[in-house]
Amino acid sequence: MLEDLFKKVKNRMADSPMQESENGVNIPSNILFKCPRCQNVIFADEFEKASKICPKCGYHARITAAERLAITADEESFVEFDETLDTCNPIDFPGYEAKIKSLQQSTGISEAVVTGKCSIEGQSTVIGIMDSHFMMASMGSVVGEKITRAFERATQLKLPVVLFTASGGARMQEGIVSLMQMAKTSGAVVRHSDAGLLYITVMTDPTTGGVTASFASLGDIIIAEPKALIGFAGRRVIEDTIRQHLPDDFQSAEFLLEHGFVDLIAKRSEMKHVLGRLLKYHSGGADL
Amino acid sequence: MNEAWEHIEIVRNAKRPNINDYISMIFDDFIEFHGDRFYGDDCAIKGGIAIFQGKPVTFIGMVKGKNVEENKKCNFAMPNPEGYRKALRLMKEAEKFHRPVVCMVDTPGANPSIGAEERGQGEAIARNLYELMRLKTPVVSIILGEGGSGGALALAVCDELAMLENAVYSVISPRGFASILWKDGSREKEAAGLLKMTAENLVTLGVCDYIIKETTGGAHTNPQTQGIFISEYLDGALKRLRDVPVEDMLESRYEKFRRIGVFSEADGDI
Repeated sequence: MLEDLFKKVKNRMADSPMQESENGVNIPSNILFKCPRCQNVIFADEFEKASKICPKCGYHARITAAERLAITADEESFVEFDETLDTCNPIDFPGYEAKIKSLQQSTGISEAVVTGKCSIEGQSTVIGIMDSHFMMASMGSVVGEKITRAFERATQLKLPVVLFTASGGARMQEGIVSLMQMAKTSGAVVRHSDAGLLYITVMTDPTTGGVTASFASLGDIIIAEPKALIGFAGRRVIEDTIRQHLPDDFQSAEFLLEHGFVDLIAKRSEMKHVLGRLLKYHSGGADL
Repeated sequence: MNEAWEHIEIVRNAKRPNINDYISMIFDDFIEFHGDRFYGDDCAIKGGIAIFQGKPVTFIGMVKGKNVEENKKCNFAMPNPEGYRKALRLMKEAEKFHRPVVCMVDTPGANPSIGAEERGQGEAIARNLYELMRLKTPVVSIILGEGGSGGALALAVCDELAMLENAVYSVISPRGFASILWKDGSREKEAAGLLKMTAENLVTLGVCDYIIKETTGGAHTNPQTQGIFISEYLDGALKRLRDVPVEDMLESRYEKFRRIGVFSEADGDI
């Protein structure tokens, strides 16, 4: 079995563009993927083909906002909101602007959330997708403002909101201003909810800190992706406080389901159809 | 040494008055209520009905101990989900009987523990932010010492936020900040300077509405006088909010938080 793996690697390497170096041939760094949950190693292209899902344990790895949009929204239905909002430096944190600029260049997106309007299986909805590739999708002013505006616009347009959450929490570099985004976004959720409109949260890996403690936990329906890390306090902070090792499944989607904090866990391949049906069943139309 | 760190040393002084001191100084009577009616009673948060200048208010605050024994009982003022849920239960009761809510915040943050995660710490805080945004009765929050992150915010979505002169309020503790950013928690003093966490900073940033002055050297030097300063502020705040129509109050509470955020935007956007 191990031999098979080596053979496979050899074959793949033969097909892959190789870089010559002084010592000979280097293995292309993107050839293998190691699952952070079960440590299983598979070929990167197989992993890509499987929508970035580990075939062994079912861990749903992080994908970009663009990838998420492509597998969620109906074709050509997406219209982006507030794409020109740009990050400033509210507490004059040293080096913050430069860090944002370099992330914008390396990720090709301007901030950690993309919002807009689209349809999912024909149902119109406002959508927000957080992208952990941008500063672990921490919530600063721009993230808070875009999410708030998305809810305000949905309230105005009488549309539901579907929000894919992923975040390391509040953005420390924006200090107290980032903490206030928790209150601001929650306020916008209140108004949307009080208008009788549907809000669906999809918690993806990782949903933690101030985002868990605000809009992510406030959905009428809360869905999670398999094996996603979901929690409030950081794992290391808890381990340091209680001085013991935490079980592997601690703060997983399955842990939250067991403790009653998510409605259902849905696989990535089923997500669009789950959302499509939920949106339809809440549309109140006579065509059900 | 930076100014923020001097403030932190004052608020961490073991003799600094806590809510138990202020309850007896500020209120004519206080009846404590326990429990969240779901799971248990969290001793890190104390709440009940208090009589302030002859009128009932609902009082909720974090309990910080003055020695190890006391701190063990109140878990160093780090609330569990049931603490936030007890607070919410009392807020809803206040709304029903048209009583103002007075919160006193003094916490390093919400409790990071297995049990707190199992019982939904994130959900409990989120629910409080949500319900406070729509609570149809005035809410005044006063940060007495430490306002630690989301664990503090869960009692600080309000119509007026006041801070004692030396109080600090931040998204993360300086130690946490230093250990995440520089992998070195011992650089917390430096972090405190960068975080813009003093009352004065927070007035500038539009987060804090009033600074309650402290007695010279800090509140611990003269707790009785400090109690009077807090009473004077509270009297004014409750008078300011008393006759505001509920709809207007909720609108300005929403706006108070809605306008916080610093970003740029290209012209011509929707």
